[in-house]
Amino acid sequence: MNELLGSYVPIAIFLGLSLFIGCALLLAPFLVAYRAPDQEKLSAYECGFNAFDDARMKFDIRFYLVAILFIIFDLEVAFLFPWAVSFNEIGWIGFWSMMSFLVVLTVGFIYEWKKGALEWQ
Amino acid sequence: MMDGFFATYAWPALIILGQSLLLLVALLVFIAYVLYADRKIWAAVQMRRGPNVVGPWGLLQSFADLLKFVLKEPVIPSGANKGIFLLAPLVSVTLALAAWAVIPINENWAIASINVGILYVFAISSLEVYGVIMGGWASNSKYPFLGALRSAAQMVSYEVSIGFVIVTVLLCVGSLSLTDIVLSQRDGLGTMVGLPNSFLDWHWLALFPMFIIFFISALAETNRPPFDLPEAESELVAGFMVEYGSTPYMMFMLGEYAAIVLMCALTTILFLGGWLPPVDFWLISWVPGVVWFVLKMCMVFFMFAMVKAFVPRYRYDQLMRLGWKVFLPISLAMVVITAFVLKLTGWSA
Repeated sequence: MNELLGSYVPIAIFLGLSLFIGCALLLAPFLVAYRAPDQEKLSAYECGFNAFDDARMKFDIRFYLVAILFIIFDLEVAFLFPWAVSFNEIGWIGFWSMMSFLVVLTVGFIYEWKKGALEWQ
Repeated sequence: MMDGFFATYAWPALIILGQSLLLLVALLVFIAYVLYADRKIWAAVQMRRGPNVVGPWGLLQSFADLLKFVLKEPVIPSGANKGIFLLAPLVSVTLALAAWAVIPINENWAIASINVGILYVFAISSLEVYGVIMGGWASNSKYPFLGALRSAAQMVSYEVSIGFVIVTVLLCVGSLSLTDIVLSQRDGLGTMVGLPNSFLDWHWLALFPMFIIFFISALAETNRPPFDLPEAESELVAGFMVEYGSTPYMMFMLGEYAAIVLMCALTTILFLGGWLPPVDFWLISWVPGVVWFVLKMCMVFFMFAMVKAFVPRYRYDQLMRLGWKVFLPISLAMVVITAFVLKLTGWSA
């Protein structure tokens, strides 16, 4: 267990160092650059006129749909990873059980397709 | 007691810190020149000269740009959520760099050689979408918001086909370790027909359709042209980066290029044999593996740059159609076909 955790310590150190570099870059202009903010400079960009409503507006439902579809398929990939690694040990039974799982998902995928969930106009 | 602490914890940690620093500095310099190469190649295709003023042949252009960005006035819009607004570029650059902790640039030359390396890289590159979403939402402005939505949908769509492609490679390898993935490419199609070890053994030939899908998905995943819809300057000005300036803007670009270089490295590891020499000939095998690794990465990046120069931008519905209706079914089918072939022939054993 300790050895397993030990192999992740370098990642933590590397992550810490890249975070440090990122912070240094982020803070640098606040320390050295000339700053003269005014009201116009700080307003949201909108092609030359004042913003007339809040930017967090309603958005197309399709983006939400894509996110849901992504979760389904990414989970599927997450199930496929251990299956692929142990592919040689699990034999034909393992092979066919994953195939039946994929068939179920493919049926769902065809249903989505026919329903028009993948259409963008 | 203190001696034991130093010998077992402090020294190894210091050594790892040194190695990490070395890799990060090398990586950042490499990214600086990748940026320069990108601009030069693009310019050459369009019969321009590209950056050529700062330093000989413009070689110091990227460093001059860094200096310029640091001296620019940082602007935080008054309507923005300040914390998240500043956190977003930090997240995107840190994550893009963090994935490099497990990339083996030569045999046993990785900061952390964990046995689930590919899973780690996959997870980190999935997280990169957060930088975009946070930046777009926190700006509290319309163009960034729309750009972030588009970008997020695009990144997650192609993530799926990248996942399936990786699964196909794993089927042939049987390990999640990046080192094992490279080493398994020593023998392959070439040695099967009796040739000596060469570039024909690598996965790109055996899994050629997956190689192509991975390359195109990598373009979409990193928001590279022709899939640079989030930044489409003709319609969304600059996507989620509109409100950014100074180094926060530069950090988005840095994160983007770090992700591109990461994708080049991943293509090299998964399909182009990592640090393995292209032919098994004494003079060529003598060249250190890291040279091959960097050369292959540069070659993949050259293809990235040429695509940017040649191909016109996609429309958003075409992009989503390609991801969900073409790549997803093909890569799913290829997983099944590959598994079936491996099972019937017993090649993976």
